[in-house]
Formats: sequence, structure tokens, C-alpha cells
Amino acid sequence: MPLIASRDHPPAGAVLARLHEIHSARGYLPEADLRTAAQDLAVPLSQLYSAASFYFAFSFEPRGKHTVQVCLGTACYIRGGDRLEEKIETLLAVRPGETTRDGEFTLETVHCLGSCSMSPVIRVDEETYGRLKVDRVSRILKKYRPDGTGESSVEEQIS
Amino acid sequence: MKIRTHADLEGLRAEGDALLHSARPRICVGMATCGMAAGAGAVFKAIGEAATASGLDVMLVSTGCIGCCQQEPVVDVRMPGQGRVVYARMTPEAGERLIAALSAGELPAEHAMAVIPEPGSALPEKPQGLSHLPRMEDLPFYKKQQKIILRNSGRIDPRRVEEYAAAEGYTALERVLLHLSPQETIDEITRSGLRGRGGAGFPTGKKWDLCSRAPGTARYIICNADEGDPGAYMDRTVLESDPYAVIEGMTIAGYAIGASEGYVYVRNEYPLAIERIHHAIEQAGELGLLGDNILGSGFTFSIDVVRGAGAFVCGEETALITSMEGGLSEPRPRPPYPAVKGLWGQPTVINNVKTLASIPAIVAKGADWYAGIGTEGNAGTVVFSLVGKVANTGLVEAPLGLTLDEMIHGIGGGGLDGRQVKAVQTGGPSGGCIPASLFHLPIDYASLSHAGSIMGSGGMVVMDEETCMVDVALYFLRFTMAESCGKCTPCREGTRQMVEILTRIVEGKADPGDLDLLEEVALWVKGASLCGLGQTAPNPVLSTFRYFRDEYDAHVNERRCPAGVCRALVRFAIAPGRCTGCGLCLRECSVGAITGEKKQPHRIDEALCARCRACYDICPEGAVEIAR
Repeated sequence: MPLIASRDHPPAGAVLARLHEIHSARGYLPEADLRTAAQDLAVPLSQLYSAASFYFAFSFEPRGKHTVQVCLGTACYIRGGDRLEEKIETLLAVRPGETTRDGEFTLETVHCLGSCSMSPVIRVDEETYGRLKVDRVSRILKKYRPDGTGESSVEEQIS
Repeated sequence: MKIRTHADLEGLRAEGDALLHSARPRICVGMATCGMAAGAGAVFKAIGEAATASGLDVMLVSTGCIGCCQQEPVVDVRMPGQGRVVYARMTPEAGERLIAALSAGELPAEHAMAVIPEPGSALPEKPQGLSHLPRMEDLPFYKKQQKIILRNSGRIDPRRVEEYAAAEGYTALERVLLHLSPQETIDEITRSGLRGRGGAGFPTGKKWDLCSRAPGTARYIICNADEGDPGAYMDRTVLESDPYAVIEGMTIAGYAIGASEGYVYVRNEYPLAIERIHHAIEQAGELGLLGDNILGSGFTFSIDVVRGAGAFVCGEETALITSMEGGLSEPRPRPPYPAVKGLWGQPTVINNVKTLASIPAIVAKGADWYAGIGTEGNAGTVVFSLVGKVANTGLVEAPLGLTLDEMIHGIGGGGLDGRQVKAVQTGGPSGGCIPASLFHLPIDYASLSHAGSIMGSGGMVVMDEETCMVDVALYFLRFTMAESCGKCTPCREGTRQMVEILTRIVEGKADPGDLDLLEEVALWVKGASLCGLGQTAPNPVLSTFRYFRDEYDAHVNERRCPAGVCRALVRFAIAPGRCTGCGLCLRECSVGAITGEKKQPHRIDEALCARCRACYDICPEGAVEIAR
């Protein structure tokens, strides 16, 4: 059990950890799980909801199998991150925050992935791809498609 | 086994030393997030497989980041009896050839960037056949650097506490727990002159002292690793490369202020940092370096990781605390400061990752040593992240006082692809843009603030002639508008109004009165917002207004974007003479605006063109032209 959730502390301290737990188990925050969590933690459901809806990391809708994050931190932005975003929007036919119809990809933009020296970067699930230009994006995404015929491994692509 | 005595600790160090100075070739691959993004994973795999296939007995280590990110993937090879060489821009194939050379008993010259002579070694400084290589510390990128915070980054295995211990780790904790009282510990830090490295620069010793004297039933220490400023990534690097330094620093802080619990609040966007700090905490706990009776001193201290959830405002200390307490992440007015009334209403010290990572070095080497580095009132070193349109990107640690020119043109090697540097943006969304005409200024709190920017977290985003300063101002205001928590009206509504005015400007729809209005709103938001986020949100506008007024005027009066960035004001065309008809732009155009036969000059249909600049970026011939 996390230290912050120990009996010595007010139970609401466990809210963030609990939301993460539900989100990683279910892929989003289903209402039923939030209701149970509110009871367990003895916090009003409204408080839990207001916290959950405040943060960018949590979603109330099921998400795609893969999450594509396009970094729009300052360094990525001035080195063409917005072009990568548009390219991915076209390739996946979704806008940021949306999930593709086949349920494979959810597209997000993030304010900084902390890999500024490799700008512009994107992240798919937990893998970060740097020094990108638009022409590499489709090969990267292909790798995650069910038929998996794109770049065999990102690491082989060294500019 | 628990480490309880000095002898136990020495035993741990001996184990670590045997790894650092292994009789086998030691091959370290930089595998922090930046290295991974450059392809270090495949290099690591190729080296491992080649070594297995050739039967060469090597020690393959995944380390953190040595700072020169531009050269990633970086591989650092220590060959017993020959020396230590750093290889840059490695590829899997070069990794295989490296193993072949090592099997033949040689350090290859291919991809070799520099040598690292070992102190006290009887070997010649440069290995045979590599006498042409410079020493690492003599490279222009490293020459003016001095590493304290990043002392172990890229050098030790961040998953092995014994390597940390062998690199003078836990010397400080032992000194503090066995020889200093809590008050003496605080005095030592006060005397060192260490100031908070998160941006505000508050004296660390004073913060600890205030907290230790405040009444409460418990005390807490929080490590602020919610590194939200876009353009800054040093906290991530420290957590990924040297997590034990942060743990040791927190333990010392806990002892000094009388806390038995510490929390590391890490950004959700840093999964690898979260994994490594978790692992390090676990390992330290197993060895008794966290938990009860640390080093037999009777002191008890535990650390836990809190994972953020993506909210920039959490970097503000009071907002970070409300986030941990389970509410929204909203700031509250100060005073009372967290040192007096923090987590769950108890006295709490919140220190930045780099501040805490500095602590063990200061205590081990002494306050006077640290106070002697840097300038008057600015002791020690600061880490900068040099990124954007600069030739050498990476992390630079140096005492304050280097000039911007030494940083950007000296260490950074000037603009990207030989282009002219126009400005540097420092301090993230709270900072400002400083023009190249002021690059003679020294980098310190006062000079940057006088120039209309801030030091902040140390992010330095370099901008060139192809960066539009109005677009940059709009970028930052969109950022703060999205990240405003909404509690106070000036920030919530003011940032929105500024975004609307700036949008009119970049779309060529503004009239001259809009510039005055923008400035007026900016000054109101600055003066009336509740926390630092709102108070500093107008800085990017005010500083670009001050130095790049001509660019605003061009947008408003001439409907022109001099940098060729603002989409409503530019047009793209392909120069027929230079286009080879390779078809790359045609394939990559998101809106299908480009047509042309193979090997024939292509054309852009202006009516369809989204002006995204993608074709301009990828054209190998430079045939795409921007009419601005």
C-alpha cells in the first residue's frame, strides 16, 4: 500500500493513486468504479469527479489500444511538432482526444514529454520517437497496427 | 542484507567499485528517455547480441544521460588496460563492429568522439590509435561545464545502489546521521549558500530552518519532480540517471527537519523516471538505507512516489500539496508557506529534484567547497537545457555567470543548420524572449530578470530567423490558458482574451488598437492573478513586445509574417528549377495539395494548401519556397 494511503493520513490522500489504479486497469474511469472508490475512500463522489475531470491524464470514455501522444512543448513546437500532429490526424482520421473507429489508437497532444533535445518527438504507449519529420510518422504508426508492417523497430531509424 | 555499519557500507562500495572498474570491458549505453528516443534501445540490443555471438565477455550497462543529447545514442566503453572512449551517434551496425574490434583487443576509431582519462591510472591518457581524440572535458560542449548535480549521470547504473555508493554515495548521509545534529545539518546547508534550483531560488537552508521551527505534529519532505516547463527536462534526467542522489538528499533533509516521511511527486509524462525512482526506493529499503534505524543511527525515514496526472499548475508548491491531498490541484495564497503549514496542515519542505541531488555532494565535500563555486550570492551550479534551433542540444551544468553568448554560440555551437540565432526563450511559460543583441548578458537571476525574463527552471529554447515571435507568444498564451486552473478571474479570463487578440494578429485580422489592448490586458493579468502561473503568464507577450515590436507591426500593418510561419500570411510554391520530382512532398502532403509526374517539377495548389510547412521541411533539394 502506498505510504500516502496509510491509516495515519486522511483517506483523500489516496485519491490520485486510486484514480491511476482504475485508469490503468480499465483504460478509462468507468462510473461504477468511481462510485466504489468514493465509498472506499469516504470522499464525496463529486470531489472524486472534480479531481478526475481536472487532470489531463484521465478519461471517462474507453480509449484505444494504443495511445499516440504528440509533444507540443516549446522545442517540439518550433521544430515542427504541429506538422506531426496534422499528419497523424490525417493518417488516423481523428482529432486530439478522439479514438479511431477500429479502437486501435487514441490521439493526444501533450505539453511536454521532456525529451526536448530530440524535438520534435511523439510517444506511442511508452516508446518515445525523436528527431522526427513527417515522412517517418506513417511507418511508426504501422508498427502498432494489427498487421504490424511498419518500421520494424524505431531504434533502427537513426538520422 | 542490511547496511548498518560503516564496514557494511564499505563492503557495498567495494562491490560497486568492482563493477565500475570491472576486469571485463564495460560498455555503457545511455538509455534515459532522450537516448531511447534517438534509438539507444536498438544499439543496446545489437551490442548485446553481437557480444553473445562472438563469445566476448563484456559488462553491458544501461545508464542515464551524459548530457550531450545531440550525440545520442552515446556509448561509453571502458577497456581494461587500454582506456575509456565515448562513441557518438551510434547505430546498431556500428555497435556490432564495436564488439568485433573489442574482440580483437582494440578500441575502434569509428564513431569515437572523445576519451575520458581515468584519474590515477598508469595508462597513457589516450588509447593506442586514438591519439587524435580530444579529452571529453576539452570538447567545446563540456569545456565550461562543472558537474555537481549531474555528477553521476551517464556514469553509473541507475539501477545499482552499489555503483552509487562507490561514487561517494552515502558519504554525506553517514556524516549527517553519525556526526551532525539536525541543526548542524541545516547550518551546513545554510552556509553553503545553496538556493532552490526549481526556479525561485529561495535559500534552501533557510527553508529547512523555518520548517524545523514551525509547530506541528508531523513534518514532511516533498521532492517536486513535477517538471512542467516545456523545454526543461533536467529533473527527468536526474531521476532516470541518478535516483539515489535524490533519495539520499531527501533522507538528509528529513533528518534535518525532523520528518519521517518523504514524497516524490513525479509528472505522469515521465514513466521511466517513475520506474527508476520506484526501483531505487525499493532497493534502498531492502538494504536498510530507508526504513527504520538507518545506518544504525536510530533515524527512521520512508519515501513514496506520487504520480501526477498531467496538470502544469501542480508545479506550484501549494497546488502540488492540494493535489496530493486528493483535491483539485489549485494553488492557495501564501503565506502561510508550506514550510509552516503544508501537507495536511503540517510543516513541509518542498524542494526541487536538483536541489535535493545537490545536497549529498555539499555535505560530503563541505559547505565551504560549495560556497566557493559560482558567484557572490549565487553559489554552486545550475543545470540548463539547451534546446530548440541550436546545433548542440543537451544539458549543460555550470556555475552562474556564463554569458548567453558563451552558452548559445560557445557551448551550443550556434544556430541549427548554420542559421542565424534570433533569440532565446528562458524560464518556460513564465519567462520571456531575450534577443541576440543582449547575448553579452551573464546568465544569472538579476540579469535575466532585468532583461524581462527569468531563470526559472533553466530551460533555454533557442529561436532562429524562421521562428515567428508573435506565434511564440501565442503558443505560450494558449499553453497558460489551457493550464490555468480557473480559480481566479484575471488568469482564467485574461489569458483567454490575450489568446483571442494574438489570434487576430497572426491571422492578419488585427487593427493597430489591438496592440495597445493586448498590452493593457497583459499588465492586468500580471498584477491581479493569484499565483505565479497567472502573474507570469503575460511575460512571453511583454518580452516579445519589448524586443520584437517590428514583427507585431509587420503582422498588423502589413499583414506579413517576416519569419514565414503564420499560415494566413504566407504562401508556398515549388521552384521548378530545383524540384527533381522525387515525389516525397506529394506523398507526405496531408491535404493532397501537391501534384506532379515522377521526375517532373511538382506544383502546389494554393487553394488546397494548409500551409503546414511539411513539404518545406522534408524537401531534400530545398525547392519549396515561402512567400512571406
